[in-house]
Amino acid sequence: MGIRFILLVNKQGQTRLAQYYEYLTLEERRALEGEIVRKCLARTEQQCSFVEHRTYKVVYRRYASLFFLVGVDNDENELAILEFIHLLVETMDRHFGNVCELDIMFHLEKAHFMLEEMVMNGYIVETNKSNILAPIHLMDKAS
Amino acid sequence: MVPAIVDSLLQRSLEDLIKGLRIQMIGETQYLNKAMEDIRKEIKSTDHQMKAIALQKLTYLNMLHGFDMNWASFHVVEVMSMPRFFHKKIGYLAACQSFSEQTEVLLLITNQLKKDLGGTNEYEVGLALNCLSVIATCDLARDLTPDIFTLLGSSKIYVKKKAISVVLRIFKKYPDAVRVAFKRLVENLERSDVQTSSAVIGVFCELTMDDPVSYLPLAPEFYRLLVDSKNNWVLIKVLKIFAVLAPLEPRLAKRIVEQVSDLMRKTMAKSLLLECIRTVVSGLSDYKSAVQLSAEKIRDFLVEDDPNLKYLGLQVLSTLMPNHLWAVLENKELIVKSLDDEDPSIRLVALNLVMGMVSEENLVEFSQVLVHYALKSEPEFSNKILGSVLSTCSRNLYQLVSDFDWYVALLGDISRNPHCRHGQEIERQLIDIALRVEDARAELVRVSRDLLINPALLGNQFLHRVLSAAAWICGEFSEFLKDPFEIMEALIQPRTVLLPPLSRAVYIQSALKVLVFCFHGYMNKKENMLCDLHSGSRGSQRIVGEDLSLQVGNGGLEVSETDGKSCSAAEGSESVGGEILADFDEIEALRDDGLIFKKESLLHLVNLIKMAIGPLLESDDVELLERARNLLGLVDLLEDSPGFLAVNEGEENANSVPESSEIIELMHGVFLEELTPVSVHAQERVQAPDGLTLPQNLSELAAIIGEDPLSPSGVSIGPPQSGEWDNISFLNKQKQEPEPSGEGKSLLEEHRKRHGLFYLSPSKGETESNLDYPSANVVEAPNDTPNAPSDLVRLTEKTFVSKKPTRAKPRPVVVKIDDGDEVVTQTEKQMKGSKEDLLAGVIRDVLLSGKGDPSSSSSHRKEKNIMDMHTPEENSEAIEKNRHGSPSSKRTKHKSHGKGRHKSSGKNEDNEKHKNGHHQNTKHRSWRRAESPRKVDPQAQVIPDFLL
Repeated sequence: MGIRFILLVNKQGQTRLAQYYEYLTLEERRALEGEIVRKCLARTEQQCSFVEHRTYKVVYRRYASLFFLVGVDNDENELAILEFIHLLVETMDRHFGNVCELDIMFHLEKAHFMLEEMVMNGYIVETNKSNILAPIHLMDKAS
Repeated sequence: MVPAIVDSLLQRSLEDLIKGLRIQMIGETQYLNKAMEDIRKEIKSTDHQMKAIALQKLTYLNMLHGFDMNWASFHVVEVMSMPRFFHKKIGYLAACQSFSEQTEVLLLITNQLKKDLGGTNEYEVGLALNCLSVIATCDLARDLTPDIFTLLGSSKIYVKKKAISVVLRIFKKYPDAVRVAFKRLVENLERSDVQTSSAVIGVFCELTMDDPVSYLPLAPEFYRLLVDSKNNWVLIKVLKIFAVLAPLEPRLAKRIVEQVSDLMRKTMAKSLLLECIRTVVSGLSDYKSAVQLSAEKIRDFLVEDDPNLKYLGLQVLSTLMPNHLWAVLENKELIVKSLDDEDPSIRLVALNLVMGMVSEENLVEFSQVLVHYALKSEPEFSNKILGSVLSTCSRNLYQLVSDFDWYVALLGDISRNPHCRHGQEIERQLIDIALRVEDARAELVRVSRDLLINPALLGNQFLHRVLSAAAWICGEFSEFLKDPFEIMEALIQPRTVLLPPLSRAVYIQSALKVLVFCFHGYMNKKENMLCDLHSGSRGSQRIVGEDLSLQVGNGGLEVSETDGKSCSAAEGSESVGGEILADFDEIEALRDDGLIFKKESLLHLVNLIKMAIGPLLESDDVELLERARNLLGLVDLLEDSPGFLAVNEGEENANSVPESSEIIELMHGVFLEELTPVSVHAQERVQAPDGLTLPQNLSELAAIIGEDPLSPSGVSIGPPQSGEWDNISFLNKQKQEPEPSGEGKSLLEEHRKRHGLFYLSPSKGETESNLDYPSANVVEAPNDTPNAPSDLVRLTEKTFVSKKPTRAKPRPVVVKIDDGDEVVTQTEKQMKGSKEDLLAGVIRDVLLSGKGDPSSSSSHRKEKNIMDMHTPEENSEAIEKNRHGSPSSKRTKHKSHGKGRHKSSGKNEDNEKHKNGHHQNTKHRSWRRAESPRKVDPQAQVIPDFLL
């Protein structure tokens, strides 16, 4: 499994979205999020975007007030994950228009749906923005 | 019905909940608890909308605020089965998020999933597939395999790509599904549309990582994708697959090397470039040109300002290092500069690379500069540096070290680094070197002496282990001591209360050895002198005999001055309570006279010991108490014995042999025997005596131990006595004992002023007393290395111009015990190797029924770089070892299936497998077959000629 989890965290350390591709109990999730967020938020711009943590590494990227953290296996391509994060942000941006933390907070299920379209079983299946957004547009029209 | 509608109108939506939460500045918990209360009510509603919204809110609170939602799992199933897509979606999300293998309601959803998978709405199908990819259990996978199989052939791409992705989870949970679905999966590999191929290559990438050999037959398909695909995501996955396949099949490597190099040259995407480099490094490292090209590209990464690229570049270099050190050496300046990087992870990788470049010729310079550099680094990194210097230098019985005097001095320097936390390792190495390298002992004693006489170091608790090693060395090899009195005073100085009891015990034991050495030296000297006397040189006798006359009385010491020039000595003797630091002038003077072991110095020493060690006779610590008693016992014995320092006699009588000298001779003899390193297997070689019968179990012993009132550690009795020790200082002691004299007191006061540092004020605790010594502990940053990294750069330039080692002196002998050391390293190696092998675990146990010869072993291990290419002996050995090992995980089992299959499947089977698609079938058959003890030849695998 390439991707273990995807976390969106604001700079206060509050989780805004969490998606796990392996089952962890609630306590494990809280502990993991706490540790990782503490580690990543403490880093500066001049430091690299990869943090090794336990048995995997975390690739993260900051957009304004929001951190996107992706936990991956050790043999995963870090730069590809960074590109994936960027793709995710671009996709959200295309849908919400100038996406910000609030958009994700209030449309969590949509953000989730986008992720589900892009990643399944811990690896990236879809990288075309139009393809990702097509079902969401349909749903928007329907409701 | 009406109240339900009202309720549903009044229900707060998720948006309301979030808005409400945002305006709660305080009392957030209260607000959330209230919301949970509402949810618990609402979720029981029969109204679909209300139930779904309640579940949506619950999912939100679970994801972001950590509220438990396992209690609601039945409601989740309810919402999943609602007809409206909007509701269904909420249900499925909740299921993905909260269901685990243990969730009981999973048994209820099979039919629901079946229904949704067979639905006409592709998005509903998508929901079900998505959910299945997260929660599928063995049962679910088994029951739904036919449906998945159908969907794999769907004409809707949206459905098909999700079906492909879910296959991975199905295979892992229910391996028999491979029989059904594998062929279709492979067919999809042959399609050219990007969506399908990126999904299917993802699956194969995962499968290949777990068990590469089985997928070799698919190499042509992968190769086609490598050539044709324009999608970087797909290419990255294909490269990952080739990185593990290429080492298994040389012809495959040959085939792809040009293609990969080509991609490397052309691509603009850094991610793809990185993957190419990694593929070359791990799979194609035999192809010089490709490695050369990767090295160039890595260099491009390193010179860029982007910390990400720098980190990755360095990381790839470290994987390249074992086989292609030249690539690392080419970038040495950049690597060394990275030691100064702002990012700790970059520094760490750089450090590893630097240590990898160390060789016998440049070890000295490198270590020196690194140790200096560690002084200026932040504590954590500083310790990392020191740790790697220590481990590199001590590797393989100090293989790289040729000048042990230098290395021992370096150990001293490392200990003085205020950040150093490697006390235990340094302690081990100091003692190890002392035992193994005879030539280094003089220098060891010198370094130890420097450590011991600095009272400030006692304040650093991380150094205590080092100090006890130093004390032991000074005691054991006291013949190298230039000034035993000084060491003696250092060993019993009052600040030793800061040491833990065990280290203190070492100090006292060492003091005993040094004392014996001093007396022994004195007696030898006296004998010589007496000889001189007889031959008529009376001059020297005058010096000994006349300058002081000593009397021992009342525990105090009365000294009458007869000679002006020995004033300082008298002073020292009078201020018995305080004078512990060596008076260097005096010592110098004595040494100039060639009379180190002077009677008065010895007397002084004896008094000092009584003063310092006396209080320990009431120590709570057994070890400490015992050593203190030993030391004082010896002193008392000597004092009581006739002829003690010849004080009781007016004139020395050459004819009578004083008894005290016998005692000393005896004691000296005890300590004379040289200690040597002991093999870890020494115990095993001791033959049990014939008559010896040991009880089968040690329950009797346990009973005895159980009765023991001692604390579990068995060392210290009663509560920690730190408070007590804090109060014991020489100042306090002074008050309790009869004061020496008025003059003595004033002298003492003066002395205290002079050596102010030396006294612990009774009220101060340990930590406070540390503060007294800040300056002494801080080693000034060396002036000669203003910028260590640049220094290192220069150094590398210097030392890498591969000069021949020019040793000033030959490397001293490092004592190796016949097999002990080798065995240790070997078993370590075995442990390492077998850990990987043992992942293969339990199944292999069954497979080979373990009838190998466990003795032939680790020499083969080096050649092993492909996981599956073991020799039979290795396998069976691994099994032997594993038989009693811990049970392996599921994943492990899965892996070993693969290996088992590899063992038994020959060329034909492989081809067959590919053709008829009954891949896993074969696997299972062969596995079952193998269960009966059957001769399998692991080397029988022949890769078909598919690429040529």
